Amino acid sequence: MPIRINGTEAELPADPRVSLLDLLRETLNLPGTKKGCNQGACGACTVLVDGERILSCLALAVQYEGRNVVTIEGLTGEGGLHPLQKAFIAHDGLQCGYCTPGQICSALGLFAEVARGAPSAVSADLAAETVVLSHDELRERMSGNLCRCGAHNGIVAAIAETYEAGRLAPPQSSQGQEVAA
Amino acid sequence: MTPFSYARAGDAAEAIQLGAKDRAKYLGGGTNLVDLMRETVERPTALVDVTGLSSLIEESDDGGLSIGAAAKNAAVAEHLAVRQRYPVLAKAILAGASAQIRNMATVGGNILQRTRCTYFYDEDGSHCNKRTAGDGCDAIGGFNRLHAILGASSACVATHPSDMCVALAALDATLHLQGPGGVRIAPLTEFHTLPGAHPEIETVLQPGELITAVALPPLSAKARSSYRKVRDRASYAFALISVAAVLEVEDGVVKDVRLALGGVAPKPWRARRAEAALRGARASEGAFLAAAAAELADAAPLRDNGFKIELAKRTIVAVLSGLAGDSV
Repeated sequence: MPIRINGTEAELPADPRVSLLDLLRETLNLPGTKKGCNQGACGACTVLVDGERILSCLALAVQYEGRNVVTIEGLTGEGGLHPLQKAFIAHDGLQCGYCTPGQICSALGLFAEVARGAPSAVSADLAAETVVLSHDELRERMSGNLCRCGAHNGIVAAIAETYEAGRLAPPQSSQGQEVAA
Repeated sequence: MTPFSYARAGDAAEAIQLGAKDRAKYLGGGTNLVDLMRETVERPTALVDVTGLSSLIEESDDGGLSIGAAAKNAAVAEHLAVRQRYPVLAKAILAGASAQIRNMATVGGNILQRTRCTYFYDEDGSHCNKRTAGDGCDAIGGFNRLHAILGASSACVATHPSDMCVALAALDATLHLQGPGGVRIAPLTEFHTLPGAHPEIETVLQPGELITAVALPPLSAKARSSYRKVRDRASYAFALISVAAVLEVEDGVVKDVRLALGGVAPKPWRARRAEAALRGARASEGAFLAAAAAELADAAPLRDNGFKIELAKRTIVAVLSGLAGDSV
C-alpha cells in the first residue's frame, strides 16, 4: 500500500532510513516542507497526517504506509491561497519564511485539536469540554514551532484572526477534508 | 544512520517473535529512537514497529484505567477519564514536548526514552558510560546544570527526561510486560534502575521484552492530584524540576500522599521519605517544607546544579499547598 501525499499516491522508499521529510523534499519534489533542525526541536517540518500535525523529520516514511499526508503545497487550490496563508501575509507573520509552512500546517492541526476540545498545558479547567482559544492558549499550542526572525506576534495574530473568522475550509474540498476543523 | 531492516508487528506475539533478533529494537513514534539513530548513538540492525499494537484506553476491573502501550501521548492527555480522574497524568503529558511530538510519541516509547544529556548524545566528541560501558563520564566534570542531584553514581549523573513517568510514579502505575519468557507485571517505580556501576542498563526489561500496557489503579474520589514543571522557558523544554503529587487531606490531616520528582534523578524519583514524613501529619506549609527537606537531605549537587535543591523544595511546597487548598 502506498502513501497518499496531497491526494496523490506515492511509492514508499525502499530504504527504511528515509524520513517522511526527505521523501517529500528529495524524492517527490515537494520542498515546501522545510528541514530546520532535523531533530524535532524547531517544528519547520510539520505536516498533517490524517489531519494530525506531526514532525516529518522524526517520521520514518515506511511507518506512514496508507496514510494521508497534507503538506503546505496541498493547501493551495484553484481558489488560490488558503485563508491562513493570506492572513500570514496580511499580518507579516514571517520574515525569511523558512518556518512558515510548518507554522501553517501546525496551526491547522491546532484548529482540529481545539475543535474537539483537547486541553493544553495552560488550560485552567482540564475537564472542560470546550476550549477558548485565548492568547495564552494559542501561544502554548504553537510552542513547538520556532521562528528565529521573531515574527511570533504576527504569527499569533494571523492564526487568531483566521480561527475567529472560522474560515477554515480550504479552497479545494477534495484535498481539504483532512485539514478542515 | 546505520542500515536496518523494518517490519511491522500485528500483535504482541508477532512483535516478540520479530524482536528476538540480535540488536533488534521496538519502534514507537520514533521521536527519540529515530533521533538517536541519526546521531548513531543507537544502531539497531532491525526495527520492529509496534505502533499497531493495542492503543486502547479502557476501564479496568478494579476501577482503574488500562492504557495500551501504543496509545499516543496526545490521546492519553485528551481522554476524558484521564482528565477527570487522573489530572496529574494529563498535566504531566501536556507539559512535555510539543503538540506534534505528543501526536507521534507512544506511551511505551515515552517510558523507554533515553536521557537528553548532551554528552550522551555527542557520539563523536564526548565520553559516556551510558553510551559505551567503561568509557568515562564527561558530564561529571563538565557542564552539568541539568543533571541529577539524587540517585546518581560516579559513573553517570544523567536525568530521566520523561514528564509522564513522574506522574505514573506518583499514581503507582504498573507496567504489563511481554517477552519470550511470558508475561509479567512491574511497578513503574521499580521499572527504571539507578545507574550504579552500569548506567548502560536503564530498566528491568529483559532482551526481547516489550511494554504492552500501563495500568492505573483507582484513586480515592477525595484525592486531588497535580503536576508542576519548572523549566528554562515557558514551554517546550525539559524539566529543571518537576513535581507530581496525589494528596488526600481529611479534617486538616494528610490521609494519603504520593509524591514524585522529575529532573532530579536518573529515574522518575518517588519521594517516599517525604511521604512518610507527611502521612498522618497536619497539612501545613511547614510540614510540606519539612517533608521536602527530608527528601532532599541526601542530595549531592554537582558544580552547576546546586540550585535544584532549593528549587525542588519550593516546587514541592507549592504543589502540595495548592492541592491542600483551604485545608492548610
